[in-house]
Amino acid sequence: MSEFDTAASRVSALRGRWAVLVGFGVAAVLLFAVAPAVLTSFRLGLLGKYLCYAMVAVGIGLAWGRGGMLVLGQGVFFGIGAYLMAMHLKLADAGADGVPDFMALISSSGVPGWWEPFRSGWVTLVAILVLPALLAALLGLATFRRRVRGAYFAILSQALAAAFAILLIGNPTATGGSTGLNNFVGFFGFSLRDPVNRQMLYFIAAGVLLAMLLLVRQLMVSRYGELLVACRDSEERVRFLGYDPATVKTVAFAVAAMMAGIGGALFVPIVGIISPNDVGIVPSIGLLIGVAIGGRTTLAGPVLGAIAVAWAETSLSEQFPSGWTYAQGLMFMLVVAFLPGGLASLGAVRGLRRKIAAADPTVAAETADGDPAPVPATEPRHAHGGAQA
Amino acid sequence: MDVLVTQVFNGLSGGSILLLAALGLALTFGQMGVINMAHGEFIMAGAYTAFVMQQVLGAAGLSLLVSLPMAFLVGGLLGVLLEATLLRRMYHRPLDTLLVTWGVSLILQQLARDVFGTAGVDVPAPGWLSGPVEVLGFSFPRSRLFILALAIAAVVALSLALRLTPLGRRIRATVQNRQLAESSGISTRRTDVLTFFIGSGLAGVAGVVLTLMGSISSNLGTSYIVDAFLVVIVGGIGQIKGAVIAAFVLGTVQSWVEYSTTASIAKVILLALVVAFLQARPQGIFQVRTRSLA
Amino acid sequence: MNADYLELTDLTVSFDGFVAVDHVDLTVLQGDLRFLIGPNGAGKTTLIDAVSGLVPATGRAEFGGQDLLGRKVHRIARMGVGRTFQTATVFEELSVLQNLDIAAGSGRSAWTLLRRRRGVPPSVAEAMETVGLTELADTPAGILAHGQKQWLEIGMLLVQDARLLMLDEPVAGMSGEEKEQTGHLLRRISADTTVVVVEHDMDFMRAFAKSVTVLHAGKVLSEGSVAQVQADPLVQEVYLGPGSHTAEEAAIVLGEGV
Repeated sequence: MSEFDTAASRVSALRGRWAVLVGFGVAAVLLFAVAPAVLTSFRLGLLGKYLCYAMVAVGIGLAWGRGGMLVLGQGVFFGIGAYLMAMHLKLADAGADGVPDFMALISSSGVPGWWEPFRSGWVTLVAILVLPALLAALLGLATFRRRVRGAYFAILSQALAAAFAILLIGNPTATGGSTGLNNFVGFFGFSLRDPVNRQMLYFIAAGVLLAMLLLVRQLMVSRYGELLVACRDSEERVRFLGYDPATVKTVAFAVAAMMAGIGGALFVPIVGIISPNDVGIVPSIGLLIGVAIGGRTTLAGPVLGAIAVAWAETSLSEQFPSGWTYAQGLMFMLVVAFLPGGLASLGAVRGLRRKIAAADPTVAAETADGDPAPVPATEPRHAHGGAQA
Repeated sequence: MDVLVTQVFNGLSGGSILLLAALGLALTFGQMGVINMAHGEFIMAGAYTAFVMQQVLGAAGLSLLVSLPMAFLVGGLLGVLLEATLLRRMYHRPLDTLLVTWGVSLILQQLARDVFGTAGVDVPAPGWLSGPVEVLGFSFPRSRLFILALAIAAVVALSLALRLTPLGRRIRATVQNRQLAESSGISTRRTDVLTFFIGSGLAGVAGVVLTLMGSISSNLGTSYIVDAFLVVIVGGIGQIKGAVIAAFVLGTVQSWVEYSTTASIAKVILLALVVAFLQARPQGIFQVRTRSLA
Repeated sequence: MNADYLELTDLTVSFDGFVAVDHVDLTVLQGDLRFLIGPNGAGKTTLIDAVSGLVPATGRAEFGGQDLLGRKVHRIARMGVGRTFQTATVFEELSVLQNLDIAAGSGRSAWTLLRRRRGVPPSVAEAMETVGLTELADTPAGILAHGQKQWLEIGMLLVQDARLLMLDEPVAGMSGEEKEQTGHLLRRISADTTVVVVEHDMDFMRAFAKSVTVLHAGKVLSEGSVAQVQADPLVQEVYLGPGSHTAEEAAIVLGEGV
């Protein structure tokens, strides 16, 4: 078969694979050796928190950057993962048949029935992996199968985030209301007060993030990845080739949701609190800005962007609380309007990117095209009036 | 019977508020394809305009009447500013307008907090709008009736403007076929700006009306924007009548679901109903048929 | 005779009261190369839209003995129905090779999809040779010339393994030589498939059509060989206006051989 293989693509694929290997190596060294050596345990904990956001960002990069689905409700999946983990930790802290402290305070009715299964660590872990993906698959199929327009999907996912937060706040006896769940003592038998265990959590988060990057890398270079980009650019055309784009898109959306759920689940023991403030509309959209800055269609861009934005938020909002909101608003305005490809599309890094991206089909295409804007052309409304999306 | 009348009225009243919030969106999102998340903050700006007018003028009745056109102007100018600086370069990527305008919305909210404080402020209603009206043994709050009347007036005015005035014809022509409109000598740039002015101005008016419902704060817009978008989605793109029907249907459904459950469950059920509705009619109540492959 | 033929019975498409395709009966056998011609608005494109599932229609559209109407677009495609579009629609950010590979792969298993493509599948390589895009395999489709995009679309039809091919103005904007090549290619393909071509280019139609159907205002006006159709007074009337026409007039519009 290789006789048909063009020399150029073979060379670039090889070079791309090397670049990716080197990239992963560097990332692993930074995360596992350098960061623990130079950061205080407090700072390392913060980095662990950023890594959790980065997990959500990896999924957003896949669904939004590659799949063209503007996912504005990732906070919901993050929140499901987080609340599941928090429920388990609260139940475990309370001991066998015990009632979590906050419940005992505000109500005397005991533990709600739907909490009970999560006394089991295994049930909880399975639920964290399955429930967010399941909800995403349901919403995805319901919207994509009926060819609901791209903008509609974005708004529906946002409405989901709003409804989820309201639901959490509205049921304080079961969810801790607007305070959320906090004050966790143990994590699967390990004390969260022990710095060694906290470092272990950080390592888990770093390992999980790297694993997710490998998974998404595989999805991006696979035939599925090509198909996903094809769905983003011309969904109808894909249909006429005998594929159901709804399935293709739903898979990416569900994977993104699962990643958000895992991020949320690790967020809880690392940060020590989960509340509706972390899952509503505002944090859900907030997760997108890092992805946009880093470069939505790239592999590393969303991760680096999410970590950078989370770091900037921590440092800036300590000193200028209202300044951070302005900065965030400005980032959305300027990056999305004027630099839709993110920093990854800047000319300075283009040469480097061309090497890295050579194996990466769509990025290579953009670079060769001389057009830095990976425009998800889902709805050319103005070109076609009321054309179908 | 009591419950029925009360619930129907609550539905109409909630619907009229949704409608005022969504009417401008039906223009900017429905007709132009821009997903303006800052629409909620234009509503907020309208509400704060009413607050400022009352501080300046004192008399509640006079200030309310002055506030309505003033808020229209304030909202409209904000919209024009947004359109001219950012959105005009983004018509070919509508999904990104959502994120850009979200940034604008964050900034406007923070500005409001920095200027007016984080606590809510009250804009007392004039005497002729406080208290109930008794009809056939039922009492209806005057302010709610006023809002209902205003919503209807806004719809009528907008439909007439779109149908009868040269501007309206230009807007409709541009929406239906941009290239053709351009080659027929219509300045689509000017039409875009004007459409955005009217749509955003309507948000300002909605803001004034919301001051009659309670105290206002910087997150006033956030609480209405998602519902308003749902109205436009259910109504269908590019149709004012769709938005009207959708607003009253959603308002009525919400008031009934809230009556039989709680407000927080109602939100979830309403969303599920919207998703279910889109299964049957993916493009809303009124759909535009085309055969082009986009 | 093979069962792979297209048979439309009473096919009707209406948009909000406007009847674009009006009770059309049409049979295209395997091995045929049928040209659909007719003035603008005759319903040619709408007809293939209906058969490929893009617009809802009533009546019957059977291919290989199965009714296509009411099925989803991707199901119809999997039954062996492929089509191209008036404005060549390819995946602009993907390379020529990727475009073709996707077109070739609707039957792939999930496991195959999740792995990287190694090398070039033989059918894709062959299609690239056939449409002359081998040199451009790694070029993003978005920067191809207009004619090349149309070739790519035809290539996608080939690897898609369609048994019913419907092409919407495949030679619009092509040079004479390119048209010639396309025509010969269509002739070759049509030997063992069923091909329907919507075309305005009368010279192209005359050179390559095996049979012709003339649509007018949603109805079948005339049907037969090129010569039969050109000689049909009804067709001359539609193209030239009412009244009698000289052979020269008809020849100018409908081509030689009247």
